[in-house]
Amino acid sequence: MFSPQDIAALVTTLKLATLTTVTLLILGTPLAWWLARTRWRFRFLIDAVIALPLVLPPTVLGFYLLVALGPRGPVGQLVEALGGSSLAFSFTGLVIGSVIYSLPFVVQPLRDAFMAVGRRPLEAAATLGASPIDRFFTVAVPLARPGILTACVLGFAHTMGEFGVVLMIGGNIPGKTRVASIAIYDHVEALEYAQAHWLAGGLLFVSFVLLVAVYAGNRRISVVRP
Amino acid sequence: MSITARLRLDRDDFTLDVDLLLPERGVSAVFGPSGSGKTTLLRAVAGLEPRVRGELCIGDRVWQDAATFLPPHKRRVGYVFQEPSLFDHLDVRGNLEYGRKRRSLSGRGASQDQVVELLGLGSLLSRSPHQLSGGEKQRVAVGRALASDPLMLLLDEPLAALDEELKQEILPYLDRLHRELDIPVLYVSHSRYEVARLADHLALLDNGKCKVAGPVEEIYARLDLPLSRQSGAESVITAVVAERDERYGLLDLEFPGGRIAVTGTGLARGERVRVQVKAKDVSLTLTRQSDTSILNIFPAVVEELGGTGGPHVTVRVSLSGVPLLARVTAKSAEALELAPGLPVFAQVKTVALVR
Repeated sequence: MFSPQDIAALVTTLKLATLTTVTLLILGTPLAWWLARTRWRFRFLIDAVIALPLVLPPTVLGFYLLVALGPRGPVGQLVEALGGSSLAFSFTGLVIGSVIYSLPFVVQPLRDAFMAVGRRPLEAAATLGASPIDRFFTVAVPLARPGILTACVLGFAHTMGEFGVVLMIGGNIPGKTRVASIAIYDHVEALEYAQAHWLAGGLLFVSFVLLVAVYAGNRRISVVRP
Repeated sequence: MSITARLRLDRDDFTLDVDLLLPERGVSAVFGPSGSGKTTLLRAVAGLEPRVRGELCIGDRVWQDAATFLPPHKRRVGYVFQEPSLFDHLDVRGNLEYGRKRRSLSGRGASQDQVVELLGLGSLLSRSPHQLSGGEKQRVAVGRALASDPLMLLLDEPLAALDEELKQEILPYLDRLHRELDIPVLYVSHSRYEVARLADHLALLDNGKCKVAGPVEEIYARLDLPLSRQSGAESVITAVVAERDERYGLLDLEFPGGRIAVTGTGLARGERVRVQVKAKDVSLTLTRQSDTSILNIFPAVVEELGGTGGPHVTVRVSLSGVPLLARVTAKSAEALELAPGLPVFAQVKTVALVR
């Protein structure tokens, strides 16, 4: 069964995935909204930057993050000047890395969902007396619900499975930055296949349940809106 | 109280520049070919075009001037788009209540029950938008706009996306709106029929400019405008039901130029109606014909002749001040020596009751 270290790794993983998803929803929603509505000519540049983590090797991303967040990096020095400690090899650093790494998985579905809503329902809501914030929450969000659900689950699942970035900037500190995917790797290295099976099976189960939830949720919506 | 709209919008390929004074009551149609800026004008009035400059006042309420730009949600308009644009995540009741919950402070407007009754929405309330037909959707959209208690109703070709059958299904509801509401309605259309049926006032838009505006009867009869030059030229006459001839199924309508007999039933005496007379159904004679099957013959005076150089001439005659268009051949016009001031008789072959 799970050893205490494995349980700790699983908890760290779930905590990381949850925090990352929440952060991405908070930061990514305005960004996706802006991308869906702007007519700015150079929008494609932002789209490309957001898509970058999709194609970049995680180790490359992790390396740059390590340099930036480390004690000598610009972000690291800024944090130290503000009285904090270096973000490299810390859980906070891990969240920052995961947010960047999973950004496209949240922002792209959100952006596409908002684009699919279109301007018309929002204009209709405006003429019916709804303020911009009001129509965002009462029209755009409900109409974009399938996309929002997809964004949450993809962001969560993708963060749960990350390996390269975590290894580069988080190290492998048990109970702090050691996540399940790295724990699996360590078990395999140590030829502890039974332990690896338990953890791998656990991740497989959670991922599958999440995806089933998305498809079931979106199916229910598409029954209402063919 | 009236509506003043001096609005200007510059786009790369299009400029809207209108100066309109519209009556505060009744239906004002904005008529023009596609691309003439009708929808843009309506959106500008609703506040949906933030780059519009100018002035817009509804009575003493300033929606826009040099210092003010009221955002759309503060303008209290009811807007019906060309496609119904209902909220798919809400049922019909939720759609109707959406605007109502956010406004309805004055209590002057129609209550939700009245709106439901007026548009016949009672049986649809718990349905979701995708369970409605195109015509039903558009009725809900009109109801949703009305339920928000607007100061002004803006209808952007609400019938354009519907087929003929559905149009006929909705038109009676729009007729009722016209009779029972006391807010101004701005109705964008490119259908002469809809304008003749619904509008009291007409503004002609062409290439972003408003060329002319005035009562429908007057504008339709102007020979210097494209409306009268098309083969479908027609006159619109407002009349009152004077008598019903049950035996022949005829209605006798009274208007300043006399009485018109029209086939029709089901209207009460005293009811205001509107009839449409196609210019090609009107012929002119110098003496009153007595041995004819035509019922409607009126003494008239020629006011103006408008020729296009083709084989036809459009003649405007006055029936005691009410304008009527007649389309005759250039040859007949010459043979009869038609000229302004000439007394003639106008024989009207077909009269259509439009409302």
